[in-house]
Amino acid sequence: MEQRKISWFNITSLVLGFSFLYLPIVILVIYSFNASRLVTVWGGFSTKWYVSLLNNEQMLDAAWVTLRIGFTSATLATILGTLAAMVLARQGRFFGRTLFSGMIYAPLVMPEVILGLSLLLLFVAMDQARGFWTIMIAHTTFAMCYVAVVVQSRLAGFDKSLEEAAMDLGCPPVKTFFHVTLPQILPGVAAGWMLAFTLSLDDLVIASFTTGPGATTLPMKIYSQVRLGVTPEINAVCTILVGIVTVGVITASLITKRQQLQRERDERMAFAANQH
Amino acid sequence: MDREVHSQAYTKSRLGRWALIAVPYAWLLLFFLAPFVIVFKISLSEVVVSIPPYQPVIDWANGLAGVLDTARQWSFDNYIWLTQDAIYFKAYLSSLQIALIATAITLVVGYPIAYGMARAPKAWQPTLLMLIILPFWTSFLIRVYAWIGILKNEGLLNQVLMSLGLISDPLIILNTNAAVYIGIVYSYLPFMVLPLYSSLEKMDGSLIEAAEDLGCPPMKAFWQVTIPLSVPGIIAGCFLVFIPAVGEFVIPDILGGSETLMIGKTLWVEFFRNRDWPVASAVAVVLLLILVIPIVLFQRQQEKQREAA
Amino acid sequence: MAKKPIGPVRRAFAPWEDPNAIPFIEFRNVTKRFGDFVAVDNLSLSIYEREFHALLGGSGCGKTTMMRMLAGFETPTEGQILLDGQDLAGIPPYKRPVNMMFQSYALFPHMTVEANIAFGLKQDGMPASEIKSRVDEMLRLVKLEPFAKRKPHQLSGGQRQRVALARSLAKRPKVLLLDEPLAALDKKLREETQLELMTLQEDLRMTFLIVTHDQEEAMTVADRISVMDHGHIRQVATPGEIYETPNSRFVAEFIGDINLFSGQISEVNENDARLFCTVLGQHIDIQGAGKVTAGSNAAFAIRPEKVRISLDKPEPSNANVIPGEVWDIAYMGDVSIYHIKIAETETVRAVVANTTRLVERPITWDDKIWLSWDRDAGVILTK
Repeated sequence: MEQRKISWFNITSLVLGFSFLYLPIVILVIYSFNASRLVTVWGGFSTKWYVSLLNNEQMLDAAWVTLRIGFTSATLATILGTLAAMVLARQGRFFGRTLFSGMIYAPLVMPEVILGLSLLLLFVAMDQARGFWTIMIAHTTFAMCYVAVVVQSRLAGFDKSLEEAAMDLGCPPVKTFFHVTLPQILPGVAAGWMLAFTLSLDDLVIASFTTGPGATTLPMKIYSQVRLGVTPEINAVCTILVGIVTVGVITASLITKRQQLQRERDERMAFAANQH
Repeated sequence: MDREVHSQAYTKSRLGRWALIAVPYAWLLLFFLAPFVIVFKISLSEVVVSIPPYQPVIDWANGLAGVLDTARQWSFDNYIWLTQDAIYFKAYLSSLQIALIATAITLVVGYPIAYGMARAPKAWQPTLLMLIILPFWTSFLIRVYAWIGILKNEGLLNQVLMSLGLISDPLIILNTNAAVYIGIVYSYLPFMVLPLYSSLEKMDGSLIEAAEDLGCPPMKAFWQVTIPLSVPGIIAGCFLVFIPAVGEFVIPDILGGSETLMIGKTLWVEFFRNRDWPVASAVAVVLLLILVIPIVLFQRQQEKQREAA
Repeated sequence: MAKKPIGPVRRAFAPWEDPNAIPFIEFRNVTKRFGDFVAVDNLSLSIYEREFHALLGGSGCGKTTMMRMLAGFETPTEGQILLDGQDLAGIPPYKRPVNMMFQSYALFPHMTVEANIAFGLKQDGMPASEIKSRVDEMLRLVKLEPFAKRKPHQLSGGQRQRVALARSLAKRPKVLLLDEPLAALDKKLREETQLELMTLQEDLRMTFLIVTHDQEEAMTVADRISVMDHGHIRQVATPGEIYETPNSRFVAEFIGDINLFSGQISEVNENDARLFCTVLGQHIDIQGAGKVTAGSNAAFAIRPEKVRISLDKPEPSNANVIPGEVWDIAYMGDVSIYHIKIAETETVRAVVANTTRLVERPITWDDKIWLSWDRDAGVILTK
């Protein structure tokens, strides 16, 4: 859209919209430092809920399980999702393509209860002991579809003739992927990994269905606590999670921003040098 | 140069192509499609045989006869059960209704935000975009949970409204459908804003100027040019909100009350509390049948946009 | 920049006239279909060693598909492609001894200029020291030595074009394929680069195949041009032949400007012919008409610069003379184009060089004038 003067209507809707999005999270963060156990009464600043959290072994165990599942499933989902994106973006038509793209897009909108129930029934049918590995496989399956979509949009945005040029210069397909394609789509692959990781950290429904004894994830733990009522301790857990994600996303976007600025500077210099 | 070597290289690259397709394909067939077949099969079985350890899904060992034999044991009792208890029908209907209304509200709330973002100075846009995406990276559960403290009877919203003198008695919002609407709009807002923004941002600004040049006042230009051109964004956004909202479990469970009937919650209760796997499976199959049309439409639209890009 | 010697005069080069010459690249009855769309239709073409050949045509004519089949990115649906006597069927792009310069240049953005040029050499497993010296040689060739460590985005458009050229030449391919190589450059740089490409091809003694939609570019650089349309080659000939003796209306109208007179052949006398033009109601005499039969429909084609105009009727010695009226004049600087009305529905264009600086022309609007041209100035087209 062209650059016009932004109207008061536009500014108002942006301010209201972003307040709506951020106010609940900000309130949550503030109340995690509340000294009072009553969520609605401000009893002064305190970090005691964070301290009690550090002593809550069940919570720490759940966090550790969640991180391990997130890390493994995100990595596997990134590999599978990148392959799927290559198939969607580069392989043209083949037998069964419609089914394939259906299986990529459907999990993006499929209700989680269905995904969870169906995977559980599969694991039961396979007579598979449930726990860490079954949650990991379930998370990989739906996260790979998100990765495929993210990487695919990156692939669509880059010049296919780069790959052709590499092959034209004698580089076989697999080598071309690692030397030319992968460096170009790396930001997309990294974003896909982060997305898969947060999806896994976040998931309650699918994990609840596919879990087994001994594998309680953080969202499952939070959920069971929430059902007992709001506690400042949960606020503290949430604040830590929000903090980690915020720092991660802001760092990533600052790095991208810096690279982009550097690039623009280089381009200006090349242009200037070309003038004489 | 040796011809033989070249043909081998060529065959190898064809094999490579099929290997590339086969790996993700096989994974999705095994862990996405096959489970649905099993859900379907369980939904057709009696309670006794389906509580673990239950029979194999299909008796492959006896060949075709075995398959036919399993087919003969199919029973539609679970589906008949769904029609006999009005609660299921009501739950489906109310899920669709809640999802539809929530989608409409999300569109109305999201459009001005997306429009404002597209109109904002170019330098702000990446930051605004990041601010829209950021909540998506933070836990869904946490964001829904955060509303409990706000909406409760003695929660922040009521405290603020009462201290302003706007109301004398606290509003009862938590554990009602209103809280569910708020939860869905809040949680799914980024899914609506992102496709809207990307279709508005792509739009050529000279189109509005052309409309105004031809004598169309700004408000009319908005309705006759901007809105029609953002239709792909509206469609994508509505699908992204509506489909998952129909089967939503967390929001009605945490924010809704006893009056809130949603099928995701019904399924959860059948499975975890009543331990009735066949009925839960039948509920899932029917939900899937309801959603299959919007899902196919959504996938078509995504493919079309991908090809247009 | 110091002027450098312009080098030896280009020698006559015409292997296609030698019946014993063996083609270097041969397309044999090649057809390429994409679904229902026929991109290349049963097409045969021979290109000789050290030839600079241009495939010329509008978008969708099949020229790019031809090049991509030679490079190995597309497989012919039918037919054969031979390079230096070897059938290319089944050879993947990365094993073919041809290299391509892409329209988008396709420079690897994450590699320096040096690394881009070295990329193809590394694939061949060339020793590092040899790669180094070859890369230096290429950088010298395209005058980019100071930019070796830069990344593509730190270069100007013209510099990127030269990196792409150096990269595709580094492996010393049997054939260099150029896909609209100069389309992204501005006019002045494009003209300079055309001359550089010609010199380079002469110095390296290599076979070049260029795909272009720009007829001037094809005329400038190529030894021979294939004019393509809808998957067919309409004519393969030298630029001079294409311009002076086009074989069809399509080619005549595609290259440069031309006046066409439709009519019927009324007389044939050995190599000469007479055409009755219905619109003019007059006969046109043609010397060197080639093979035509009396009574057949044909068109007479003549380039505007071969049409003379005068106020006085020229002596009808050896020329065709037609009366007309000046309808419009387009001033182009070096020349003026006169649009002469010769009948209610017809105009003829005549190009007159502006040899004086006079603003007032001897011939101006509404003047009754005479058009004339020599009998051998135009050609008869039967297709």
